Amino acid sequence: MKEVQEYEKDLASIRTMMERSAKFISLSGMSGILAGIYALLGATAAYFITYYPVSPFRYRIYSIQEPDTLWKLIVLAFVVLTASIATGIWFSSQKAKKNNTQLWNTTSKNLMINMAIPLITGGVFILILLSNGHFGLAAPACLVFYGLALIQGSSNMYDEIRYLGFSEIILGLIGAILPGYGLLFWAIGFGVLHIVYGAIMHNKYDR
Amino acid sequence: MKNPFENLDKVLEHRIRLQIMSVLMANESYDFSSLKEVLAITDGNLASHMKALEKEKYISVNKSFVDRKPSTKYKATDRGRTAFKKHLDALEQVVKQQK
Repeated sequence: MKEVQEYEKDLASIRTMMERSAKFISLSGMSGILAGIYALLGATAAYFITYYPVSPFRYRIYSIQEPDTLWKLIVLAFVVLTASIATGIWFSSQKAKKNNTQLWNTTSKNLMINMAIPLITGGVFILILLSNGHFGLAAPACLVFYGLALIQGSSNMYDEIRYLGFSEIILGLIGAILPGYGLLFWAIGFGVLHIVYGAIMHNKYDR
Repeated sequence: MKNPFENLDKVLEHRIRLQIMSVLMANESYDFSSLKEVLAITDGNLASHMKALEKEKYISVNKSFVDRKPSTKYKATDRGRTAFKKHLDALEQVVKQQK
């Protein structure tokens, strides 16, 4: 029979194993910060394509009309998305190397499948919105579906991600009421929130 | 008072087996190489403990080929889940009684 301290260690090891096996710990806070910066740069570029020279804080009462502008915005959004994903993968693989773990394991596979469902649904839904001319709701829809994806994936990530998910959804819903502030809310959700949460996670887990 | 040590599961008293079951409780299923990584143990060591758990019918094994590479996935069975919960309760009792 073992000593009681050994049983206490057993209990502690159950908790660590459950945590470590279910959470994608290679996710890096720094990649969140950088994704936020890309989003802010993208939003600034989008501002010059659409609003300029009107102040970004003025409520916009008319939506984009020219297909040319729309295409520019879609390409811009795609560039921001690709850069963020590439940065995320690169930083996570560096962290995985440092932690001596595999980037592509059961947890990251689960995480990807869980998040893919709301993300792909959202992506298709937004394309349908755009093709029907509902441009004003595209930006808030990005936030709402991204928030849902984060909450869906949060059981495989650090707990903070769940709160980031809720923040994105709330921001998206307010943005849907005020579509004239679409770009502003988009910049807060994808830019400012990513930087804030990325910094929190960097300080808490990456040091 | 009943002795809580009697409720401890003999198979799960071994810490590595307990850890394997913890991983399978927290996850729907887990493959061999990921398990090896989380537990940080050798192939042979893990394989022998998996055999022991399989023999007790605490886990189920699913062998398949992914991209022509063999992949072995493990799941906790209902029997395994019940045994794990009972063992966990007993552990808590043991620790509580000493305080």
